[in-house]
Amino acid sequence: MALRETLADPHSYWMEGGGAEEDVVVSSRIRIARNLATYPFPHRLSREQAGEVIHAVRLAVERPESVKKVGRFEVSLLAELTPVERRILVEKHLVSPDFLKGDPQEKAVVLRSDEMVGIMVNEEDHLRVQCLKPGLALEECWRLASRVDDELEATLEYAFNEEFGYLSACPTNVGTGMRASVMMHLPGLVATRVLEDVVSGLSKLGLAVRGLYGEGTRAAGDLFQISNQITLGRSEDEIISNLTALARRLVTQERESRQGLYQKQRGALEDRIFRSYGVLQYARVINSEEAMRCLSDLRLGLALKVIQIIPLGLVSELMVLIQPAFLTKMAGKELKPFERDMLRARLIRERLQSGKNGKYGSKK
Amino acid sequence: MVCERCNKRPATVHYTEITNSKKQEIHLCEECAREAGITGFGVMPQFVLHNLLGGLYEEQKAPVEPAYGRCLNCGLTEQEFAGRGLFGCADCYTSLRPAVDQILRRVHGTTQHIGKLPQRCGKLAGKKQELKRLRRELEAVVRKEEFEKAAEIRDRIRDLEKGLEGGK
Ligand SMILES: [Zn+2]
Ligand SMILES: [Zn+2]
Repeated sequence: MALRETLADPHSYWMEGGGAEEDVVVSSRIRIARNLATYPFPHRLSREQAGEVIHAVRLAVERPESVKKVGRFEVSLLAELTPVERRILVEKHLVSPDFLKGDPQEKAVVLRSDEMVGIMVNEEDHLRVQCLKPGLALEECWRLASRVDDELEATLEYAFNEEFGYLSACPTNVGTGMRASVMMHLPGLVATRVLEDVVSGLSKLGLAVRGLYGEGTRAAGDLFQISNQITLGRSEDEIISNLTALARRLVTQERESRQGLYQKQRGALEDRIFRSYGVLQYARVINSEEAMRCLSDLRLGLALKVIQIIPLGLVSELMVLIQPAFLTKMAGKELKPFERDMLRARLIRERLQSGKNGKYGSKK
Repeated sequence: MVCERCNKRPATVHYTEITNSKKQEIHLCEECAREAGITGFGVMPQFVLHNLLGGLYEEQKAPVEPAYGRCLNCGLTEQEFAGRGLFGCADCYTSLRPAVDQILRRVHGTTQHIGKLPQRCGKLAGKKQELKRLRRELEAVVRKEEFEKAAEIRDRIRDLEKGLEGGK
């Protein structure tokens, strides 16, 4: 799939159901930071040098051996994409919000057609390779990202030091350069107020927790991202197995909280789930906050099998689809907030309908 | 820590001086401190400090002085780094060395990379890293007083060290 189609299509591979622990874990991601030895770090690059870095990466991914081993990648300058398309990349979690800041001529996004592997060129580091998969799959993500890394390294000389490891513009990324994260849907832990304790406990273990779309703000849709903070002095395998073990524990706790809620307040919980489903099915105007809250309830209902009408993946997809940039892209023009809320409501209604008719599924 | 003046007795008096936002720490034994007229941890007047250390500090620091605080490759200064929190280039990691060690220790608790190595580093680097990992593991088991395991790891370290010497 070409990048244009990727941007027009709300469907991402990582949203597809079927991943391990999919009732709680939405997706897993590995990101590795790499830099070229002979260039200053991106914030100190001239426009010309930035272009050279992009060119070097282009040559590396277009090598026939590389294509054979890790697949075909498409390289696009950020400047070639419209502002809305750029925002969609963020909403699909294919690039970071920070990547959109600065001169778009100096940045490129490199994407494999299935969106599972991507490379941001000249974000904070020259390369940020990332791999995204549905469910709990950190190990698979690491294997894939590492293979892409090996192919890149065949032609690119990385900034590396035997003592400090992979060198990075920011000292918090030095060493493995690896950030592993899992996105979890934790409505049970939020409802039972266990999450606050969990969060403070996690920070002591060198792990960070943040809400899906904003930092500091309350997590939309009860989605949380948990990732490692420390990148030096621990191997990739250690970091991944620690995080995986922790995610498994959280999955267990979340399931227990859900079951506890369901047993103690069955009536209230069912009412909440069906009420939210009702809103999603019939609302004519809905803002993104309410939509995310209702979708979270619906996802919980599906996971608990209180309601069994559509696949979980469709809910994950809707959580992306109803974000402002997607709606703007879909409308083909800038929208006023009220228009956007109307379009959002219509979209949810239509998608839910097609989901109920069994028309939802992978296009690949 | 040994006294910086006599290099013999343990340093028990510690003095920190900040000039031009550059921090300098001086560690002395009680005797040397007394000779210099310092008692306790009070503020030491500038002239006493000069009296005390005189040429000693100049001599020790002089050869490194020009490089200190500025990256030889990209020119980034420690102050600039402190302002933005980003290094300018790969060489900053060696050029701004004392500061880098301190930062990495504060952020990660260590300065030693363990994990993937680029292919071009070759087998030797892999062995060196394995050695690092084993030494760390040894420390951990000794702390837990698992001495049988410790002996096992120690043997592996010896073998690896021998191999490294032979390989050179
Ligand atoms: Zn002394
Ligand atoms: Zn530098």
